[in-house]
This record gives sequence, C-alpha cells and structure tokens, in this order.
Amino acid sequence: MTDAAPRGGWLIFVSLLIALFLTILPMPAAADAFRPQWVALVTLFWCLAIPERFGVFAAFGVGLAVDVVSGSLFGQHALGLSLIAYAAVELHQRIRLFPLWQQALFVWVLLLVERLLNLWVLAATGQPMPFLIYWVPTLFGLLLWPWLFVILNDLGRRAGLV
Amino acid sequence: MILAVVFALGLIIADHRFDHLERVRSLLSVLAYPLHLAVNVPAALVRATRERLTDAAQLRSTNTALSRENLLLKARLQQFESLEAENMRLRDLLGSSFNIGERVLIAEILAVDLTPSRQQVIVNKGTSSGVFVGQPVLDANAVMGQVIRTNPFSSVVLLITDSDHSLPVEVNRNGLRAIAAGSGVGQGLDLLFIPKNADIREGDLLVTSGMGERFPPGYPVARVTTVRQDPDNPFTTVLAEPTARLDRSREVLLVWTLDPHMQQEALTGAEPNQGTTP
Repeated sequence: MTDAAPRGGWLIFVSLLIALFLTILPMPAAADAFRPQWVALVTLFWCLAIPERFGVFAAFGVGLAVDVVSGSLFGQHALGLSLIAYAAVELHQRIRLFPLWQQALFVWVLLLVERLLNLWVLAATGQPMPFLIYWVPTLFGLLLWPWLFVILNDLGRRAGLV
Repeated sequence: MILAVVFALGLIIADHRFDHLERVRSLLSVLAYPLHLAVNVPAALVRATRERLTDAAQLRSTNTALSRENLLLKARLQQFESLEAENMRLRDLLGSSFNIGERVLIAEILAVDLTPSRQQVIVNKGTSSGVFVGQPVLDANAVMGQVIRTNPFSSVVLLITDSDHSLPVEVNRNGLRAIAAGSGVGQGLDLLFIPKNADIREGDLLVTSGMGERFPPGYPVARVTTVRQDPDNPFTTVLAEPTARLDRSREVLLVWTLDPHMQQEALTGAEPNQGTTP
C-alpha cells in the first residue's frame, strides 16, 4: 500500500477539476435547477474507494475550492462535504459490499444531508430561502451514482488507485 | 472530523461577520481564474459559431437598425449638450457644485454560473485595469450593481437584486427619496420605508440619488411595478423591476467618477479619511 500510495493522484485531481468545472458551467435556465451535486458525488466516490488516502480533510479542501470558485460563503461547502465524507469513510467497509442500487440510496441520503447543511448555513446567515426545487438535484445524483461509480472505478483500476 | 467541522464553522462566521478573509479570497480567486476562463469557453464558442452563421440579409438588417438608432441617439445628444451647459449654468447660479465628468471602461461578463443563492457575476477586468472595490457598474440601460471583490484579472460584481444590496434612489417624477433593496429571489427590488401617504405610483422611474456617494446621481435604476397597502405592513409595499437587463447583458460599463474626493473615499473603503473630507 505504501508503495502504491503516490500513484494515480492525478486522476483524483482531474476528476475533481471536472466536477468543479461542471458545477459552474452555465446551463439553460430550465436545466439549471436540476444540476447534480457533481463535486459531492466525486468526493463521496473517492471517500468510499480509497478512504485511507482521501478522507475528511481532503473533502474539506475540496469544499473550500468550491466556495472560492462559486463565490459562496467561505466554509459553506467545506462544512457539508467534510461531514458527509466522515460518514462515508466510517461506513465504507459496509457500503462497498452493497449492490450498486443500495449504494446509490445510501449516497442519496448523504447528498440530502449535504444540501440540508448548505440550507442551514444559508438560513443562519440570513440569505433568501430557496424553493422546494432545491432538493431535486439529489434525485439526479441518485440516478447518476451507478454510472459514475462504474466509470470512476474502471478509471481508478487502470490508474492503479482502487 | 470535529476539527474540520469547527474549522468550517469558524470560517463561515469569519466570512459572514468580518471582512478579514477578503484578501485571502481575492488571492485564491486568482487561482480560480483559469477555471472561470475555461468554463467561459463553451459559451464563447457557441456565440462565435452563431455569429459565423448569420447570413448577409440579417447582418444588413442589424446594420440598418443600428445606424438608425445611432442617428436617433446623436440627435438626442445634441440637445443633451446644450441642456448640460444650461444645467451647469443654473447650478452655478445656485452656488452648488456638481461634477458630471465620468470615465467608463467596457468589461465583458464571463459565462460562469456562481452560487444560485447570490446574485453575482464575474467580469473580465480587474485591478490591473484600475477597477476598485465599490465601483459602480452600469449596462447600456441602467445601474447593474457594484464591484465587491477584485483580483488583478477579474472582479466580482454584486447585482442590485442581491438580498445584501441596497442603494439610495429617488423618484424621477418628484424627487421622493427611498432605499431600494434587492429581494434576492428573482429579479426584483423592494422599496423600504415608504410612508403610507407618499406620492408614488406604478410606472414611476427610480434614479440614483447619489446620497450614498457610491453611485453617481441621475442614472436610472428601476421602474415601479406594484404599489400596495398591506394591512400587516406599517409602510407602503412598493416593488420595482430593474431597468438594466441583469440576466441578458454581456457587456457592462465600469464607471470612474472624475471627482478626486469621491474616488479617494471609494478607494480607502470604509476607513474614515481625515483631512480631505470637509
């Protein structure tokens, strides 16, 4: 493990960069409300796949990157992402044995938690409340997870990460 | 985990309550700039392709429309110059100085989707072009917002519809002063603290009053859409719609007011400026 540790770090970096890119990519107004939480999905994948290399603090850093890039309050995404990363790292041994659809449900719950924490920060700092459509992206995350898992797992294996 | 959470909460509070983090943020946003540029590429490509695909007839018709508009504007400008001179003369008579000299710079909005809970845009001019925090931003029609964050290459503009933004305005018809606060959701402004008996009607044009010394006076801001008496509100409920095309403009104007006192104050920010202020 120590031998393989430095390998494949570029894949993590690139996947997160693409996720960030998709987060701020302008989309038509109709599709904008349904944008999945790309960064949260990718972060969760790495937390489940290689928890010994990608843990809570990595997720915290990723959250800060999201905050800088998207102009939200400093620490807002960092809070949500590090908490769900903690849950994923703690439970990764159990989750990895689940069939893919059960895994997706677990991920969905974590995505809901991330959104809830974001909402909490918004409310605590007196920003306007979003509408109910705010929760819809988690459903898209649920549908996307199996595809994302298969693709990233395959790439990770080729890069010698997983 | 606890450490990360405490740290995140600390950052949230620090960013929300104090502005010490602004420097860190502008430093980090330099790093984020390549990503913002990369995100802008697809939109720019679509736009370029669309420009390539316009046919000659369309170009000709746009050209005709533009030259007609140019003629109209020029005609109006002739009058404007004489009016300006007359205005200055009258103000001289009144003994009040009034500086309307201004310099503008055109900046382009980057096609980047920032967090949906804030109304912000990124423009492609930064401190290297002399942009400063607090600088007013206009589009062709009206006031759009002000610069809240800058780095050498780009700056973030807070739009007037953000829930954290409000600006002093007056009704163009009768000079009634008010404060227009962004409503945050959608594209609207709320006028705060309008007395029940105030003379304000639907369709009134609101212009900047220049009271906050941020925005130059006399620029259009919004048009009143609703005037309502709500039983639970001790004041009149007045809603207005910005005349700037906040969601459609691609180019914006950054304004420097050529008044050294105001410029100095805007540059130093909130710090009291001894000596120069009367």
